[in-house]
Amino acid sequence: METAFARNQWYVAAFADEVGETLLARTICGEPIVFYRTASGEPVALADRCVHRRFPLSLSQRVGDRIVCGYHGFTYDPSGACVAVPGQRRIPRTARVPAYPVVEFDSLVWVFIGDAQSADPATVPRAPWLAASGWTTVRGLEPLAARYGLLVDNLLDLSHETYLHAGYIGTPEVAETPITTEVDDDAGVVYVRRRMKDVECPPFYARSTGIAGRIDRWQDIEYHPPCLYLLHARIAATGVEPAADGSDPHAFHAEIVYAITPETATTTHDFWLVARDFALDDVEVSRFLADSNRTVVLQDVAALNALESVIAAEPAGCQELSINIDTGGLAARRLLRRQVDA
Amino acid sequence: MSVYRILWTPGSDVLVGRCHCGAERRGEDPVAVWAWLLAHPDHPEGAGE
Repeated sequence: METAFARNQWYVAAFADEVGETLLARTICGEPIVFYRTASGEPVALADRCVHRRFPLSLSQRVGDRIVCGYHGFTYDPSGACVAVPGQRRIPRTARVPAYPVVEFDSLVWVFIGDAQSADPATVPRAPWLAASGWTTVRGLEPLAARYGLLVDNLLDLSHETYLHAGYIGTPEVAETPITTEVDDDAGVVYVRRRMKDVECPPFYARSTGIAGRIDRWQDIEYHPPCLYLLHARIAATGVEPAADGSDPHAFHAEIVYAITPETATTTHDFWLVARDFALDDVEVSRFLADSNRTVVLQDVAALNALESVIAAEPAGCQELSINIDTGGLAARRLLRRQVDA
Repeated sequence: MSVYRILWTPGSDVLVGRCHCGAERRGEDPVAVWAWLLAHPDHPEGAGE
């Protein structure tokens, strides 16, 4: 299994409120970056390495919208240009750190890794529920000591919920229900759909929605490689269908979003968010969903960390076996490979 | 629009690959069905099973 990064792509670097006055260090696709926000509110992303003697700018000081290197005082503006050096007036022509294109959508800060000239904010996939009225979101960020491809595999095949997440979101029917997989090859999007009828309601949804009986449960995945994973979850009492006009007022909807951002070849930033259109102001439901989803994510983290250790120790040429449940994951791997090779 | 679909037939192990060109192939190995689909427009005869 290879771990090369897809370059010339947008990646989620942070939750919007992580980027503020203080300097935030985060490595994305092996590139150390320092993030902050200017006084006017614009996010900034600069290479986290002073051109002089490599000191991390994230360990330095902000003065206004500038960063003053904590080692010898090289001073950088938000464009990455060095505007002052110590003890002399002449600023060397090459005194500049790379600035990364950075945009902010839907409560997420995205950074472009690759040739900055080719960065087009219009290509950032969107998750509007995360910052829309009528929705409430809980979220977290967990460090994963495994390559990002393992998390892609994990999320594209939700049959693992039955075994790894029993008692939270897993029920027997998840693994038993066939999926439909679709790839829009031009758009580069993978869709995996699992529609379950008259099934057990897992505690995650029973406690948050208050549904006591059996449910119809939809899991409609939309994966925009390399970074954004959307799980459109619909939960309704069995037999409750959307109206003919597409409205669905008697069902509960959860938009479960992951941003799968490589940190290094074998570590990943596992951003997760759960947005819901029910119990919007119920603090107890928010707490329950946040605690439960974090527990589920940490179950995945433990499993994938173990997988990474297995991969690190295995001899070259070890083979995997794929079955029907892997149809979506195989499609995702192909699109990722295409991006890596581009 | 280049859309490839694989439908897992309920109650069976059968996968049905449907290409955007209209070609269709049944199989029980997702690797083989994907390979058959992605060979568009030269879908091989007999593959995908």
